[in-house]
Amino acid sequence: MTALAADRVSQALARPESLPALPLAHWDELVRQARQSDLLARLAAVLDEKGVLEKIPSAPRAHLEAARVSALAQKETVVREVAHIRKALRTAGVEIVLLKGAAYVLGDLPAAHGRLFSDIDILVPKPALPDVESALMLSGWAGTHHDPYDQRYYRQWMHELPPLQHIERRTVIDVHHAILPETARLKPDAGKLLAASRALPGEAGLRILAPTDMVLHSATHLFHNEELSHGLRDLSDLDILLRHFSRQAGFWCELCERAAELDLRMPLHYGLRYAQRILDTPVPPEAMREASPKGRPESFTRWMDGLWLRALRPAHPSAALPFGSSARHLLFLRAHWLRMPPHLLAYHLAVKAARATHRDEKR
Amino acid sequence: MIVDDLSSQDLSQCLAGPGLRLRTGPFVAAIRSRLPAVAQGIALHYGAHPVEGADGFADFHVQLAAPRNLRRWLHPQVFFRLDGESPFKPLPADQAFPMLEWGLNWCISNLCHQYLTIHAAVVEKSGKALILPAPPGSGKSTLCAGLIHRGWRLLSDELALIDPASGQLTPLPRPVSLKNESIEVIRRFAPAAVFNPAVHDTTKGTVAHARPPAASVRRADEPARPGWVVLPRFSSGAQTRLTPLPKARALMQLADNAFNYGLHGDRGFETLAGLIENAGCYEFTYSRLEEAVEVFDELAGRA
Repeated sequence: MTALAADRVSQALARPESLPALPLAHWDELVRQARQSDLLARLAAVLDEKGVLEKIPSAPRAHLEAARVSALAQKETVVREVAHIRKALRTAGVEIVLLKGAAYVLGDLPAAHGRLFSDIDILVPKPALPDVESALMLSGWAGTHHDPYDQRYYRQWMHELPPLQHIERRTVIDVHHAILPETARLKPDAGKLLAASRALPGEAGLRILAPTDMVLHSATHLFHNEELSHGLRDLSDLDILLRHFSRQAGFWCELCERAAELDLRMPLHYGLRYAQRILDTPVPPEAMREASPKGRPESFTRWMDGLWLRALRPAHPSAALPFGSSARHLLFLRAHWLRMPPHLLAYHLAVKAARATHRDEKR
Repeated sequence: MIVDDLSSQDLSQCLAGPGLRLRTGPFVAAIRSRLPAVAQGIALHYGAHPVEGADGFADFHVQLAAPRNLRRWLHPQVFFRLDGESPFKPLPADQAFPMLEWGLNWCISNLCHQYLTIHAAVVEKSGKALILPAPPGSGKSTLCAGLIHRGWRLLSDELALIDPASGQLTPLPRPVSLKNESIEVIRRFAPAAVFNPAVHDTTKGTVAHARPPAASVRRADEPARPGWVVLPRFSSGAQTRLTPLPKARALMQLADNAFNYGLHGDRGFETLAGLIENAGCYEFTYSRLEEAVEVFDELAGRA
């Protein structure tokens, strides 16, 4: 029998101090798993913060340094891009709330260290959407999804505009008016998120979510996402946010209360459970208990553990557990189930399937 | 252990099984392939290169494989995979060895941002590196092949790896890629040069690789400091001419030919500025390789 595949990335992130002693053959797997998971630069940042980066053997250290160079360049791009967005929206007179990666960078949070970015996410009040969209278009952002069905999908059902891409810089912005689709089962009130958001000192017109809301958004995003190839990266964001904000007295209590207020106890439960299971995030037992769904049978929790603990492995063959891809498929369906009521879901999946067949025929 | 120490049977078995851990300069590539063209190409070109043990660290895990469908027999093709993923489309099967070379270049230029990497040939004499940055078709590989068969040490014919911390060039001695007429030019110029059979109809035309000199491979862990930056241009019938190049233009040429200048930010500019500061910068036009080599020998002698 072969040894069970090891998730080297989670082990490394949870216990970075042990890495200088890691055998080279394990580094061989760790670097590949971390690269596939978009966590190589994050690992470098964590090792640097612990002061052990210099003690890593030179061959794997070169890959860590290389990943840091890319991540740093991306971070500078994000800062420049946010400046462009702010300039474009000045005339619209709308304050914008930065979400996820951009918020971590501009808010100078440790979750920005070694993070890679694909696009910029912002949150604005729903009534401001038309003004924001036209202001961005006047400054060179153009719609990417021109199909009438896609337009309807985004504008009627989703929580964001179709992604806008800048015609020269090719950067993409997602303009959100909520953190979950209009059609989702959970209904967190975006007004409450905006009301509690914090102004960024020295950055007029820019805001970020309150600490509790930032954690809840991170968990909500991960545990409603149909695409989990970066699931472990998102869980690592959550781990770092929790470790950082929980140094503030009363944080856990506030977090649980806010989750109840925003209808987000389910994603918080999963977030705390798997961050602790996978990345050793120090979550106090009271908070864990408080976030647990009441009256849910133990067997269901164990079944979900079986799915999530597989799906949140690094997306690399050397880390895959048996039935890992089945788990991802089931969670893909679950995410759709949570995002849309059954009749809409059936319609949406039928349109997607028909289009895929049509594309194959054309090819 | 070096590749020459393996029998051809051991080499093929290693490639077909756990993979050959081949060291080229600072990198170890774990290469897997059942294709005879890959085994033959490695035996021919990489004979003097070290082989690393299977229990160490490999920088790239690559595979060259035939597709698992009819294309295996009908117009056979070859895939390049990095860690299971195919970054490019398959090529006709006879291009398997060139594809290994291009694939390894791709790995380095896309992943190894610990270096500032420039598309350039680099050779060295008396401790000083001659950097020949140029787009394809400028005759840099021809010039590079000419120089390494007249006593210059090969660092690389494709990739100048600059360490931003030290400003030095890291050797990456690998086969020299020659195209079209250059193949015949080098055969005549250096009859001792060892080539694999030319591959026709690639995107670059006819391609043949020349084996890197064993002496250069043995000195792969000796970096070199920059000596000259020379912009070569081959022009049929042209007079041999070496003219000074303003430093600002030389810097722009290096930046234009860099793969990852943008990623390095301010540090990238400082690295190139430091390099240019201490290097002689020239433009060079040539049509006769003998004369070209004399010019550079004289340049190295003057220093």
